[in-house]
Amino acid sequence: MAEAKKIITSSNVHLFYGKFEALKGIDLDFNQNEITALIGPSGCGKSTYLRTLNRMNDLIPGVTITGNVSLRGNNIYSPNEDVVQLRKQVGMVFQQPNPFPFSIYENVIYGLRLAGVKDKAVLDEAVETSLKQAAIWDEVKDHLHESALSLSGGQQQRVCIARVLAVKPDVILLDEPTSALDPISSTQIENMLLELRDQYTIILVTHSMHQASRISDKTAFFLTGNLIEFADTKQMFLNPKEKETEDYITGRFG
Amino acid sequence: MRRLFVDELNDLHVRFSEMGMMVNEAIYKSVKAFINHDKALAREVIHEDKHINEREVDLEKRSFELIALQQPVTTDLRVIVTVMKASSDLERMGDHAVSIAKSTIRVKGETRVPQIEEDIAGMAEAVKEMVEQVLDAYVKEDSARARKIALEDHGINDFSSRIYKECIRQMQDNPETVIGSMDYMLVSSYLERIGDYVTNICEWIVYLKTGKITELNSNAIEDKF
Repeated sequence: MAEAKKIITSSNVHLFYGKFEALKGIDLDFNQNEITALIGPSGCGKSTYLRTLNRMNDLIPGVTITGNVSLRGNNIYSPNEDVVQLRKQVGMVFQQPNPFPFSIYENVIYGLRLAGVKDKAVLDEAVETSLKQAAIWDEVKDHLHESALSLSGGQQQRVCIARVLAVKPDVILLDEPTSALDPISSTQIENMLLELRDQYTIILVTHSMHQASRISDKTAFFLTGNLIEFADTKQMFLNPKEKETEDYITGRFG
Repeated sequence: MRRLFVDELNDLHVRFSEMGMMVNEAIYKSVKAFINHDKALAREVIHEDKHINEREVDLEKRSFELIALQQPVTTDLRVIVTVMKASSDLERMGDHAVSIAKSTIRVKGETRVPQIEEDIAGMAEAVKEMVEQVLDAYVKEDSARARKIALEDHGINDFSSRIYKECIRQMQDNPETVIGSMDYMLVSSYLERIGDYVTNICEWIVYLKTGKITELNSNAIEDKF
């Protein structure tokens, strides 16, 4: 098998909220075209870490970040970094579906409009491709100009994913993307992520051990701001090296 | 349903069926070697057994991974349990084929009894038929047929007791046949055990379909204890 290509590397990442150290020196690399699950109890730093990968923490007052995070070898925290461009390359999907109060069509092309794309053919094409990739095209193709808010939660979340896909990112970050959804919608999203893996690198924060074990290639376990273990998902769920990992995934924690 | 899981489950089915065919071939070859006094073929059976053993380990590993990563329930869980249990029955059947092959290598040159060998050939044919049928019933998840196949084990047991009696008679009449007849009895008991393992697999097919662990052909009933 060809050796996997690293797309994001991070080393010695520390993050402080004021004086509180939320990340205590994380070293973690991500391979291209893999799904990596970040797991751990609430407050362990997994979502905070996820947000360092496209500088979403910059928006939070009092945050200090040290260490290195690179996308394809370029330090994303360098002073010259174009954060808008970075967030196009590294898109994010949140826990609660957050469609804008526009039509489905306008939601999907939001990023392209911001980038100044006006050609209707290009926009139409982007809408169809992205909605197909997000496995929702068949459900919404006849209602593209209706409000995205009229959709169900699971559909809204897939439209949000299509919105991220429309700007053709390299990496998709997902912060508990299915925790507000029912099991069927969750399975649809999981199947979709498995399909998207061929074209994108996916990093997913999840509280569901089932979800991590079912769809991820690699799993990282965080605890109190430390990365305790990072390995192939098979290894993590069959025979983890660390006792804390075993305790957490078997539910024996605390 | 989750696509990846469905694919992996199908893969497990295919690999299990392949293992069944490997075992069936081993039984067929071992008996053929025994009847034709073919040492080279017997050695082949012994040599190829490692592939059967490897396949069992592979199926177990895949089953463990599916259980750990996919947390299957209901039918999905029963499919995996069935493969795990039935593959260990298949592996034991393969070991019996090896024992028959070893007898072939040992028995060569001793005084032989064509009449008993004919019975053994008939018994082997019946066992082979049972193995083929059980694999087919597994693929079709046909529990009614599995129950019927298990009943055929009675015929195998009849062969076994007939061969036993005939061997005793031969040994009493002609002490020269003692060593050969001992091997006949062993081979017949290996075939009889293979029939028992087929019955086990029938039980797993019933379990797969109904969720009930059922004893087919209890020895106690069979032997009227």
